[in-house]
Amino acid sequence: MAASHDVGETKRKGWRYAAKRSWRRHWQLYLLILVPLAYFAVFKYLPMINAVIAFKDYNVVAGVWGSPWVGLKHFNNFFANPVFWQLIGNTFTLSAYYILASFPIPIILALALNEVRLRAFRQTVQLVTYAPYFISTVVIVSMTILILSPRIGLVGDVFGFFGVPAVDFLVRADYFRHVYVWSDIWQTAGYSAVIYIAALASIDPALYEAAKMDGASRIQKIIHVDIPGIMPTAIIILILGVGNIMQVGFEKAFLLQNPLNLSQSEIISTYVYKTGLLNANFSLATAINLFNAVINLVLLVTVNAIAKRVTGRSLW
Amino acid sequence: MTVIARDTNEAMRARLRKRSLNVVLVDRLFVIAIYILLLTFLAIVVLPLIYIVASSFSSPAAVSSGRVGLWPVDFTLRGYEVALRDPKIVSGFLNSLFYTTAGTALSVVLTIAVAFPLSRADFFGGRLITKLIVFTMLFSGGLIPTYMVVRSLGMLNTPWAMIVPNAIGVWQVILAMAYFRDAIPKELYEAARVDGVGDIRFLLLIAVPLAKPMIAVIALMYAIWQWNSYFDALIYLRTDALYPLQLVLRNILILNTQSNLGDATAMLERQQLADLLKYSLIVISTVPVLLIYPFVARHFTKGIMLGSVKG
Repeated sequence: MAASHDVGETKRKGWRYAAKRSWRRHWQLYLLILVPLAYFAVFKYLPMINAVIAFKDYNVVAGVWGSPWVGLKHFNNFFANPVFWQLIGNTFTLSAYYILASFPIPIILALALNEVRLRAFRQTVQLVTYAPYFISTVVIVSMTILILSPRIGLVGDVFGFFGVPAVDFLVRADYFRHVYVWSDIWQTAGYSAVIYIAALASIDPALYEAAKMDGASRIQKIIHVDIPGIMPTAIIILILGVGNIMQVGFEKAFLLQNPLNLSQSEIISTYVYKTGLLNANFSLATAINLFNAVINLVLLVTVNAIAKRVTGRSLW
Repeated sequence: MTVIARDTNEAMRARLRKRSLNVVLVDRLFVIAIYILLLTFLAIVVLPLIYIVASSFSSPAAVSSGRVGLWPVDFTLRGYEVALRDPKIVSGFLNSLFYTTAGTALSVVLTIAVAFPLSRADFFGGRLITKLIVFTMLFSGGLIPTYMVVRSLGMLNTPWAMIVPNAIGVWQVILAMAYFRDAIPKELYEAARVDGVGDIRFLLLIAVPLAKPMIAVIALMYAIWQWNSYFDALIYLRTDALYPLQLVLRNILILNTQSNLGDATAMLERQQLADLLKYSLIVISTVPVLLIYPFVARHFTKGIMLGSVKG
């Protein structure tokens, strides 16, 4: 009752009144939110302002505002650099491969788990496949390196069993993407499946009843009830993936890099780190980063708009 | 639904009869296939883990020559002894413990401080602030501009750089907001206002106790993130003494920096011990997280759900 009255009152007297009243009633809340807001201003929005150094020749002495403007110089340098297309290609290929390969597996896992009636078995599989999600990237990469090492790892034994000389996956550039993507799927499939399991659990039981009445087999039930039921979730996950396609994380790629696989493992985020922090070229690194962030934002907005138009599902 | 409604008993029975022996047989086979598939999944996840643990308990020579499979060869605790005697590893472990505790505490307090006001419907400006916060998820100034801020605050190469620059996760804020909004009945706010209880007192005495499950979830999320990440340490820290465990691990496991291998002086023995040490280190650094994992798994699942309802 109070709420509806408030709305009417607010509409009549305008936002000034609403603000004043909110302040009078909730000044403690404004006090509370002050520190977190300062955090966002300093650590999230100030860097966005600092990013103007992409259009300047930044040097420490002159500072962000004292450094001379150079327009698009750094962007043009980056576009003209032969490494440009290689970086774009590597980042895009790795990401696209990852999205395509990692999309169906959690769904299959969830659909399979959903068919299991033995509670203990289902919970064991879920608990075990979920566990690697909690292992750190450093450890995952080390495990990958150790296991794939032809000298000491398990893989050497497998190759030996078939009488073939072992392949060293880590020093061949062609294998970098496979190692990156499949070790990641190994780590996250169980975690990603949880979302689909929840979606499956929320499907209307009446649909299953109806399928049973129609004499549907389990496979038909999966195709006609389960899969349509998890479609909305799957679409959201795909939007997120495609929208972030140029945003491959730094942590893992950087750890898996070595001089021998660099031709495929150098991606935008690792190149930015090297240009900016190791070679101390702040302006160029920021320009590359900015270019990437803008592309990514445009992609996300576009993909989201398309998804909204086509499927009626979107992030916002 | 309408199909069922239209069906008479007669038609229903006819349909059930159609569900012939054939379908039942196919279903049986299908279930067997499903079990085989899941057992394969299970094996793919478990075997590498068993291999790592088995190796960590094996003799240096056996590990180095690749003789270890899924069971320890020449059982020994040598790897753990070497690891636990290494001052760098011990200090990394203690640093990580500190960063995780302090960082999680700070993160949780700040997350609540921002999420509680934003969860209130009559908090003027809340919608705008929420938009500004969510925007930071979609766009950021980038690595170098953020580094410059941390540098200008004098946080470089101090423990502050480990806990402050990434103190608040937007995802956690969204989660906490949704929880506060759903878990606290509107009547409580009314009652509190009538009784003259201020917002901060309300938060501490009523909202926080009501939101305990959510707070546990976001605390665990922050803690595990903090324990597992190495990126901030890589860019902000220069002094070995400040390194968290993950960065120490990276140097030993991936860059192959020889750590102090004690009395092992012979070249071959050094190499073998270095190999073994990697396995023991993996186990040591992962056990704390995996030990609490079965207890937190359920909460994590809930957290994902909470988020997905909102998202």
